[in-house]
Amino acid sequence: MAQLETLRAHESVFPANPRDELLRADRLPHIWCPGCGLGIVVGCFVEAMRASGIPQDRHVVVSGIGCTARIPGYLNLDTYHTTHGRAIAFATGLKVANPELEVSVIAGDGDLFNIGGNHLIHAIRRNVDLNIFCVNNFNYGMTGGQFGATTPPGARTSTTPYGNFEASFNIPYIVAAAGAPYVARWTVLHARQLLQSMLRAFQVQGLAFVEIISPCPPTFGDLNNFNDALAMMQYFQTCSRVDDRADLSKASLSMKPPDPIVVGNFVDVKKLPYHEVERNMIQSALGRSK
Amino acid sequence: MSGNLACAEGAIAAGCRFYGGYPITPSSEIAEHMSRRLPQVGGHYLQMEDEIGSIAAVVGASNAGAKSMTATSGPGFSLMMENIGLAVITETPCVLVNVQRAGPSTGIPTLIGQGDMMQVKWGSHGDYEVIAYAPDSVQEMFDLTVKAFNMAEKYRTPTFVMADQVIAHMTSKVVIPSADKIQIVNRIRPTKPNPGFIPFPFDDDFPAMALAGDGFYVNVDSLTHDERGYPSLDNSVSERMLDHLTGKVRNHVGEIVETEEYLTDDAEVVIIAYGSTSRSALRVVKEARLREKKVGLLRLITPWPFPAKKIEALGDRVRAMVVPEINYGQMEHVVREFASCQVIGVHHPAGALIPPEKIDSALEKL
Repeated sequence: MAQLETLRAHESVFPANPRDELLRADRLPHIWCPGCGLGIVVGCFVEAMRASGIPQDRHVVVSGIGCTARIPGYLNLDTYHTTHGRAIAFATGLKVANPELEVSVIAGDGDLFNIGGNHLIHAIRRNVDLNIFCVNNFNYGMTGGQFGATTPPGARTSTTPYGNFEASFNIPYIVAAAGAPYVARWTVLHARQLLQSMLRAFQVQGLAFVEIISPCPPTFGDLNNFNDALAMMQYFQTCSRVDDRADLSKASLSMKPPDPIVVGNFVDVKKLPYHEVERNMIQSALGRSK
Repeated sequence: MSGNLACAEGAIAAGCRFYGGYPITPSSEIAEHMSRRLPQVGGHYLQMEDEIGSIAAVVGASNAGAKSMTATSGPGFSLMMENIGLAVITETPCVLVNVQRAGPSTGIPTLIGQGDMMQVKWGSHGDYEVIAYAPDSVQEMFDLTVKAFNMAEKYRTPTFVMADQVIAHMTSKVVIPSADKIQIVNRIRPTKPNPGFIPFPFDDDFPAMALAGDGFYVNVDSLTHDERGYPSLDNSVSERMLDHLTGKVRNHVGEIVETEEYLTDDAEVVIIAYGSTSRSALRVVKEARLREKKVGLLRLITPWPFPAKKIEALGDRVRAMVVPEINYGQMEHVVREFASCQVIGVHHPAGALIPPEKIDSALEKL
């Protein structure tokens, strides 16, 4: 509340945030830690939404559980904060029942690649017309920084005190292999490219997937030689390599400077989305439009 | 037609336009029939990767405006527990049909059980109330499925049809009334978006539901939330929300509860039964009456909410109650809670109907 009052005191200088109509300003300040990348994701999302030309009424955002999953709660839209891992399954029901909706899922790596992994690959296989924005911070931030499926091998987390014994998922490689027609990866440092990717995701017919690499300063960052958020942003700046034609099998992340972070728009192909296949086949089978 | 087909036709008649499910014996014919029927009426059949995804998709589809359902059996029902809670806390109407089979675990997939009667009430974590029906005929598979949809829409809550393998696979004549003779309840929708719109009014047992795309910009949250749908850590908000979620069923128990009585007026002993078991019980009552024994039957059409007042009143005037179940005493436990008379459970292992003789021998011992 004190922060809010300070903000209000400066209203003469900053009368209102130009994005207020797209945000639930009455819910601010948000719950995220200093140095977190999620604010940039929110900014990019609302700007992409505004640029999409799709009416605000038709945008729907679904999330599961975790820090990233709190994003929809700050957006002035129809928003659904559901259960851990189930955002994509919930969003699939929404989209299939009403294909007019522009449905986005904003979720963390834990939500999508650990507990929700099965729903993810099946939604990609079905090519449900969803925009999935996966913020990858390499650990479970909200519960205190435990390791997950995206934690690089050897990395320290609150449950890998001797280093991570497990191999990690290479997100764009999996998503492309499952058949997503649009796959991109950016870090939160690449705000402009990220915004353009989100905009592209709204346009793509079918499942569009964007991985967003983000710092988690108090947990993953702190235990893995990034002294603060700035140190990780500097790593993003110095070691990111834009390569739209990258060999995705080699795009896994060690999060150890100077190992590269391969980013880019990796896949962008045409593929009929589920609801259109459903409509076409039923029309042809029943001989009439629904 | 079979009970499963009657259930599917009841759903279509009630206005169901979305089915999200995963095949499982002995409920699969519901999915098969819905996959054929839904496209014919402009609906959607979506086969998900598992039962967790199925119920999540059902809750999502309902928030997009489609009357939605799933059907499953014990193992799938267990997987659905998580998002049954989501439907409860987000006040999302939907119908879950559980064609009960033998358990625990995978049990005997093709044979009857009634072992999920407590799970349907208590299975998901936290406090909530449910509305559950237990059909005992193919006709009721149709009628009670329609009713389950109506109650889900009216109270904005998940409702359950707790069927069993015998009723689901039984075949009999079903009367399907013409559409104008079937009472249909649709959820109340808010009229126009306005800044003062309250999406989750805690003092309204029949709150209007804004759908995705309606322009109300509602935050629908699995977290404990206030009337705006905003997450809250405040214990008084938690109290108000839980009072509302449980109250909207508890305040209307009299309107929701349904039982059927057979020869209870002069009965000294009453059999309390539901689902297929009530068919065995009915024969026991008829045969006992031939022997001039004053035995009656109370059938639980809604095991939940439990007809506590009816059991209390009956318990005060009969000598004993006998509760036959294809489980080890689940509803017997609840009958005991409210009956002042002697209560005898007749427990039968899942895998077969209760032979009437087994109920009869319990009566003989009284």
